Amino acid sequence: MAPTTMAQALNAALRDAMHDDDSVVVFGEDVGALGGVFRITDGLTHKFGDERCFDTPLAESGIVGFAVGMAIGGFRPVVEMQFDAFAYPAFEQIASHVAKLRNRTRGRLGLPMVIRIPYAGGIGGVEHHCDSSEAYYAHTPGLKVVTPSTVADAYSLLREAVEDPDPVVFLEPKKLYWTKSEVDLPARAEPFGRAVVRRPGRDVTLVAYGPSVPVALEAADAAAGEGWDVEVVDLRTIVPFDDATVADSVRRTGRCVVVQEAAGFAGVGAEVAARVQERCFHSLHAPVLRVSGFDVPYPPPMLEHHHLPGVDRILDTLDRLQRDDEPDTRFAGGAA
Amino acid sequence: MVRKGRAMTQRRQDSGPDALLPSREPVRFLTEAGTAVRARPAYPVPDLDLLRLAYGKMVVGRRFDEQATALTKQGRLAVYPSSHGQEACQVGAVLAVEDDDWLFPTYRESVALVTRGIDPVEVLSLLRGDSHCGYDPRRHHVAPQCTPLATQTLHATGLAYARRRQGTDRVTLAFTGDGATSEGDFHEALNFAAVFRAPVVFLVQNNGYAISVPLSRQTAAPSLAYKGIGYGVPAEQVDGNDPVAVLAVLSAAVRHARSGAGPFLVEAHTYRMQAHTNADDATRYRAEGEVELWRKRDPIARLEAYLRKRGALTDGDVAAVAAEAEQFATALRARMNTDPSLDPTDLFAHVYGEPTPQLREQRAGLETELAAEVR
Ligand SMILES: Cc1ncc(C[n+]2csc(CCOP(=O)(O)OP(=O)(O)O)c2C)c(N)n1
Ligand SMILES: [Mg+2]
Repeated sequence: MAPTTMAQALNAALRDAMHDDDSVVVFGEDVGALGGVFRITDGLTHKFGDERCFDTPLAESGIVGFAVGMAIGGFRPVVEMQFDAFAYPAFEQIASHVAKLRNRTRGRLGLPMVIRIPYAGGIGGVEHHCDSSEAYYAHTPGLKVVTPSTVADAYSLLREAVEDPDPVVFLEPKKLYWTKSEVDLPARAEPFGRAVVRRPGRDVTLVAYGPSVPVALEAADAAAGEGWDVEVVDLRTIVPFDDATVADSVRRTGRCVVVQEAAGFAGVGAEVAARVQERCFHSLHAPVLRVSGFDVPYPPPMLEHHHLPGVDRILDTLDRLQRDDEPDTRFAGGAA
Repeated sequence: MVRKGRAMTQRRQDSGPDALLPSREPVRFLTEAGTAVRARPAYPVPDLDLLRLAYGKMVVGRRFDEQATALTKQGRLAVYPSSHGQEACQVGAVLAVEDDDWLFPTYRESVALVTRGIDPVEVLSLLRGDSHCGYDPRRHHVAPQCTPLATQTLHATGLAYARRRQGTDRVTLAFTGDGATSEGDFHEALNFAAVFRAPVVFLVQNNGYAISVPLSRQTAAPSLAYKGIGYGVPAEQVDGNDPVAVLAVLSAAVRHARSGAGPFLVEAHTYRMQAHTNADDATRYRAEGEVELWRKRDPIARLEAYLRKRGALTDGDVAAVAAEAEQFATALRARMNTDPSLDPTDLFAHVYGEPTPQLREQRAGLETELAAEVR
């Protein structure tokens, strides 16, 4: 079995989806001859023709709004936003129409469409190329928000996204595009709405998604040397959210740390922390903590490693989990 | 039906960018008094049967509009944006297309939707506040009325393209106002439509104002129809209070789109006689004299005068149409005077195809609240 990259798995998912269903169309900026700036649509125009995979004018709102019309007309559009921050011109279309049309029309106009967005940092990108924009979408009822962390999931979740009757914001962690693993495609993994325990452990649950999952796994390995048996839960789909798997894990371990690249304030990690303490309060031996990016605009490439949650910061956070019933002094004074 | 004169399709075959430009002056068949203008425009004249039909629909539409305004005063509607004065555009647009050509209306288009044959109670449910869209879009080929300005023009473009890709000759018609032409989506839609040769007709009802802001703050272009040429979209401007001209120009635009020649932009110069909505105070930004000027250009009076002069409308016809309109209003009033019955748990329906576990939980919570209220 040849190792496959996440980029190749995503490409294969699009190819197979287009093969299986003539109504699937792929469009966006540079997705045709070039195959996308990350080559996720590589070869699709060549294989399926310019009517199935095509370049559009350079206008993100236009791309998404046009897709809404095509979806009403019976197509299943899969559109590419070139980078996270360049999806913002489309936000009105996404929040006011993509998310709401089914509800506004009492189920009469559903929108089976996928908005693919390469997102998050860690690749040394200059500004506007590294935003973690998941919270904007996750906060918008009517959207499903999906982000794979493994090669197999990239394939499986993207196939499911294309087949889903609802609009899916599909967030591709760009720093994982080149990660390789040996998978047999087509692979089908757990469906939407199911988080997965990537590493079992007894002492603490690390909840992560997308680009943070490999970091959490690495931290878990390192923590083993310090006597922590760490469980890692990969959310996979932020919406729908799998409360059951997360709560079940935390009830067993009694401790929980959420890891995300995005700024912490009002982020997905805050939501996870709230849900965990609502459900697991009596099982918790320590406050639920978060490891996140700082509440700053995404930094220049030479500083991004200070911003991104890394293994050390996760290990430091584990140390604050009051294993010895010592109170956490960090929140003792000052701004808190 | 087709009179002599240079048909527009001919004009469009002229090569060069000039063919994309609108006429220097708005196309007009009727004077303000409803007599035929001397220099007849180069468009086929709509036939009399169609104009008689338009007359009836306009009268019913205006009566509907008055009734909706009255219902707002009685507290039956949360808000109502009137189309009084814009009936030639509202009715002309619907009559220029086929029943299975999709329409993409704004909040202003209630009269157009009634003309399409949608139950007026279903039309008003958005404004009454019991539902975001009371009618079935697929059944009527009408998208939900759109409030985020110009966003619907892209949907109209995507759907037009989709239906052409499926081998049909269906067109879509997207309504917008003058203010909405400043929104980015309007420009992206024109551009996408042209690049993909989508059979969509953009109808801009230029009523002079976006709430309080006059056209001069939206654009420095000679007229909004000139926005077409930059995108390679042919355009025309028309007297939007001249029902004959509106039907003639829109029919030509629809023929153009249906023939596979791509999109078309029509700017209709019109005026809303009422405030933006019942919640607006138009005296703060426009003078009564201006309103009076437009009262003289009333589209219904003009068409009535024209049809009478042509011998196509009798006193009896006028009375019959008035009676029909009155009946329409009476029936609407009666049906709107009862409160709609609503199921609060319906809040959770249709957020997704299948509710998420969280929505099921929240629904159960609301059911518990409701049960407690009953007790
Ligand atoms: C994106 C957006 N911005 C602002 C508004 C608020 N708004 C509603 S109607 C309106 C004026 C629109 O004017 P125009 O396009 O000329 O249409 P008209 O109301 O005159 O028919 C405004 C500003 C809106 N609905 N959508
Ligand atoms: Mg206006």
